[in-house]
Amino acid sequence: MSDAALAPLGRRVPIDYNMDVVKKFTVATVFWGIVGFLVGVYLASELAWPALNFGLPWLNFGRLRPVHTSAVIFAFGGNALLGTSFYVVQRTCAARLFGGRAMADFVFWGYNFFIVQAALSYVLGFSRGQEYSEPEWHLDLWLTLVWVCYLVVFVGTLLKRREPHIYVANWFYLGFIVTIAMLHIVNTLALPVSFFEAKGYTIYSGTQNALIQWWYGHNAVGFFLTAGFLGMMYYFIPKAANRPVYSYRLSIIHFWSLIFMYIWAGPHHLHWTALPDWTQTMGMVFSIMLWMPSWGGMINGIMTLSGAWDKLRTDPGLRFSVTAVGFYGMATFEGPVMSVRTVNALSHYTDWGIGHVHSGAMGWVAFITFGALYYLVPALWQREGLYSVRLAAWHYWIATLGIVFYISSMWVAGIEEGLMWRAYDANGFLQYSFLESVVAVHPFMIIRMLGGVMFLLGALLMAYNLFMTVRSTSTAPKLAAGFGAGAIPVAAE
Amino acid sequence: MWKAFSYIEQHAWVMLPLALVTVAIGGLVEIVPTFTIETTVEHVKGVRPYSPLELAGRDIYVREGCYLCHSQMIRALKDEVERYGHYSLAAESMYDHPFQWGSKRIGPDLARVGGKYSNDWHYAHLTNPQALVPESLMPHYAFLAEDELRTDDIQDKLRTLRTIGVPYTAAQINEAVLDLKAQANGQTDPVAFQKKYPKAVLASGDGRRVTEMDALVAYLQVLGTMVNFADTSEETLQQ
Repeated sequence: MSDAALAPLGRRVPIDYNMDVVKKFTVATVFWGIVGFLVGVYLASELAWPALNFGLPWLNFGRLRPVHTSAVIFAFGGNALLGTSFYVVQRTCAARLFGGRAMADFVFWGYNFFIVQAALSYVLGFSRGQEYSEPEWHLDLWLTLVWVCYLVVFVGTLLKRREPHIYVANWFYLGFIVTIAMLHIVNTLALPVSFFEAKGYTIYSGTQNALIQWWYGHNAVGFFLTAGFLGMMYYFIPKAANRPVYSYRLSIIHFWSLIFMYIWAGPHHLHWTALPDWTQTMGMVFSIMLWMPSWGGMINGIMTLSGAWDKLRTDPGLRFSVTAVGFYGMATFEGPVMSVRTVNALSHYTDWGIGHVHSGAMGWVAFITFGALYYLVPALWQREGLYSVRLAAWHYWIATLGIVFYISSMWVAGIEEGLMWRAYDANGFLQYSFLESVVAVHPFMIIRMLGGVMFLLGALLMAYNLFMTVRSTSTAPKLAAGFGAGAIPVAAE
Repeated sequence: MWKAFSYIEQHAWVMLPLALVTVAIGGLVEIVPTFTIETTVEHVKGVRPYSPLELAGRDIYVREGCYLCHSQMIRALKDEVERYGHYSLAAESMYDHPFQWGSKRIGPDLARVGGKYSNDWHYAHLTNPQALVPESLMPHYAFLAEDELRTDDIQDKLRTLRTIGVPYTAAQINEAVLDLKAQANGQTDPVAFQKKYPKAVLASGDGRRVTEMDALVAYLQVLGTMVNFADTSEETLQQ
């Protein structure tokens, strides 16, 4: 279905945008978000009550954990990124998606096929054994094909744009697409055991494998979970606030310095390990420098609200987006601190890392997505507004409180673990066994699980609210009765 | 300068390659030297390719996602060295495809777990961890003792690894299935077997069939035992 009715009025012929594929991505985003949060809650419960593993291979923590990470990062986050990028690139270029309906649909179905296959393969016992890059070689090849098509559609649309400038949000989407292609291809190079076996061995080994994996892993954060979502920020916050981006020059500095510096930061995941010291030091230095572009971007996002702060009271979607940018600032401050070798000696291997990644994933990635969804669904389905602003406000507060439960319990647990592991008694012996640290953090495992439950509940409220926004008669556009969608602009003229 | 950016942002074909070059630099500067600098991996004696049974066990370790709760990387910090043993060397994972250093310790580090417990302890612990350690969070792996280990692909696995740089000999590849079974059923002469695969620990299989648990235990038992630190000088450990 087209949304020609939403195209700019005036002398131009209304543009027949491909919003059908954006709708598909939107629905998939909500669906996978709930799946990902649900699996996360289950895993958190397993860490509080290990009996929940039930001795079933496919329910074991080790097999289920990649399902959670893939579902929230690649399924929830990925569908959100692909969908919003297709929306934003069309609207800001005033051009229909390049490659026709078939290619856009292939990107949608191909990508989601990859996700289902990956999740099934994990629970059935197939894994490459590298975090956030677990699918075996045949799925990696499939994803490469889908991703190249995605790049072609996106760049093709940029090339046929009718606006002279490429809007800043598209720079970030472009940087994200290109870099993820590079990271994915280099990191997953593997030799299959045979053509008919899923099993393959990565061509790298040991130290180099570790370095390349965290070059990939950290920049999955930097480009998938940051650059892509910054694209979302640069479109949906100005749109919802109805204000231009705060500073154009800051956007330029933000973009180029962020993408240049992020890529160096990977080795901070390998402090004090068998990775050579010079590499660790480089990773640390660039991580600290990264603080600057990150906060430059945060300021650019938040200051866009100047003169429109009152909208935070009335627009819960915008409240999500702006809170997301706040969490982005917090997480990108905490990250450089943790990348300092001295701090990392304490924080690494502990739950502090888990807390850090969740303040980014829940606070930034999920919240900016929720903000975009509350804006997109009424726009895509041409509704007057949300079904219930109050429900969205409830979602906001439940989810925010859930994040606070989550990250504060993980801070306490992580620092406690780190301190217990290095504690010495008066005679100079290690004071605690490893097991004692496991027992000590048990209460925080429960609090973390509760935080996750709240976050999940909020998402369920959102799903209901968005569903009713599309379905309910109360949000139906008042003008539409009796007219075909394409007829409205003519009538208005 | 702003004019240059104004040009870039009006030309997608300029922006695309520029962005790619910008993101490629950091990785090239950090990664390429680790392949070319000779001391990245220390020159120590003792590190050898995994025996067929250990390799099969390692693949199960990878498949089950053990790395998500257990690290295999003892950091060069006083408390870690006292708790787990000598800090891990790059050389110790030089034949690991993929590396399994891990990033989170929900359970303890396993880099030097080899030889710390008996085979029997491992079988009992994997079957029901809470029976031995009541507070443990570990899932049960009893099913590994019921699953028969696939052996038809082991030669292909060794051959694949040799192609990407693990120095298996032709004899090791040809006799992979025999070696695997010999190590699993524990009936073979350990001294003769260790000539071929030094430090290898024979599993305690029942001799009738080889299970996945036999393989996993053989892998765990060799972890961190290959290098003899008594005759390794500080200088050889410099990176």
